[in-house]
Amino acid sequence: MADTPLPLEVRNIKKRFGDTDVLKGLSLTAHKGDVITLIGASGSGKSTFLRCMNLLEQPDEGELIVHGEPVRFKRTRHGREPADWNQVVRMRAKLSMVFQSFNLWAHMTLLENVIEAPVHVLGKPKKEAIEHARALLERVGLTERADAYPAQMSGGQQQRGAIARALAMDPEVMLFDEPTSALDPELVGDVLKVMRDLAAEGRTMIVVTHEMAFARDVSSQVIYLHQGVIEESGPPDEVIGNPQSERLRQFLAPKH
Amino acid sequence: MEALLERLEGLLADNSIFTLQTLSYYGEGLVTTVQLVFLSLVIGLVAAVPLAIGRGSQRSWVKWPIFAYTYVFRGTPLLVQLYLIYYGVVFVEGIQETWLWAILEKPFVPALIAFTLNTAAYTTEIFHGAIKATPRGEIEAARAYGMSRRLMMRRIVLPSAFRRALPAYGNEVIFMLHASAIASVVTIMDLTGAARFVYARYYAPFDAFLFVAAIYLCVTFAILFFFRWLEKRLLAHLKPAGG
Repeated sequence: MADTPLPLEVRNIKKRFGDTDVLKGLSLTAHKGDVITLIGASGSGKSTFLRCMNLLEQPDEGELIVHGEPVRFKRTRHGREPADWNQVVRMRAKLSMVFQSFNLWAHMTLLENVIEAPVHVLGKPKKEAIEHARALLERVGLTERADAYPAQMSGGQQQRGAIARALAMDPEVMLFDEPTSALDPELVGDVLKVMRDLAAEGRTMIVVTHEMAFARDVSSQVIYLHQGVIEESGPPDEVIGNPQSERLRQFLAPKH
Repeated sequence: MEALLERLEGLLADNSIFTLQTLSYYGEGLVTTVQLVFLSLVIGLVAAVPLAIGRGSQRSWVKWPIFAYTYVFRGTPLLVQLYLIYYGVVFVEGIQETWLWAILEKPFVPALIAFTLNTAAYTTEIFHGAIKATPRGEIEAARAYGMSRRLMMRRIVLPSAFRRALPAYGNEVIFMLHASAIASVVTIMDLTGAARFVYARYYAPFDAFLFVAAIYLCVTFAILFFFRWLEKRLLAHLKPAGG
């Protein structure tokens, strides 16, 4: 009897930009309901690592297994590429991403943004997608902004809208790339609250963040990256509560 | 209709130049101008979409021929292009024996071809610029949500680019309307052709050309208002809240 497949497994990811090794063999396993936070100074490779997980960046080496299905790669003149882009499209639909700068589609209303991928990528009937979208917008507190365009919304609203767009895909795993870093301080709270609720209901999430309180309270695992290497990893009590390396201690120390 | 004509005749009673006869020349000229401009714009627009996509292709055998085409047609006067096509076509070996000759012998189709090639070149560059200006983040989001290249082009890049291109394209339409005046030099009786005819007949340059200028102005205003209206509808998303 097979167990249900793991939502996401990443093994030994390596990535170079020119002569620089950005990721030096990183692995991660997400079980259902895990909230994994990636922390580290800027330039540590945490965002690149996250972007390798849905192949927005092509890792030079390493394996990706999405919901039990390994992504196939081939070697070409330009380096390694996915062997089958249809497979990539399929696996990306299972991992939805929330970006630092929201990246909502500016020519569509919020509601249109939320139903776009379910309808046109997953082939969901439009009526059903709209119903689902309205329910999601209610969850993130944006019922009244359904017909607004992104430019008419605050950053916090846009980011909560982007989370609704991600949820609309019914993803296996949600990837968050510094979701609160571009927000005014007073808007961060609303977005974090939505993310806490998602964690509480058992969503599998991988979050790149600078919000240490969020990492400490919400995550099941914290990974500290330094120069493309996992320096410490474990439950938040250990990694944040009792850091082993001097570097992590300094990273966690209050800056002002 | 009858009554209208009678009233018009009454208005024109003391006028030796603007008779019903000359007005009908202007009327037919307007129809010809609108046909010529409208057809070349529509065909040019339809051609420009795939050309603009190809212009941004990574394959050099797609990209460079399109660039060469737009460069040549934007880099030379429309009048020269019109002469080349209208006078040059006669010298194509054996063309006078084919059915094509019946069409190409008259100036309308050669002018249409020249105008279409010209506006397609400009429109390709306008769209190419607008496609290139698609915010990177929106493309990234489309990829991250599992869109194929084709789907992304159709759902995200083009709809967003068309909206951005609208003001520049509106200018191109007005430019084509005014450039179409040169059709008259290859004997087409467009608006300007009609004005030249009236001028030659009555030797009244101010009456003939001021009148036609007024007609061009009216058509230009109609185009301006149409694009203003389109922009209001399609560019609503760029207005910040409360705007």
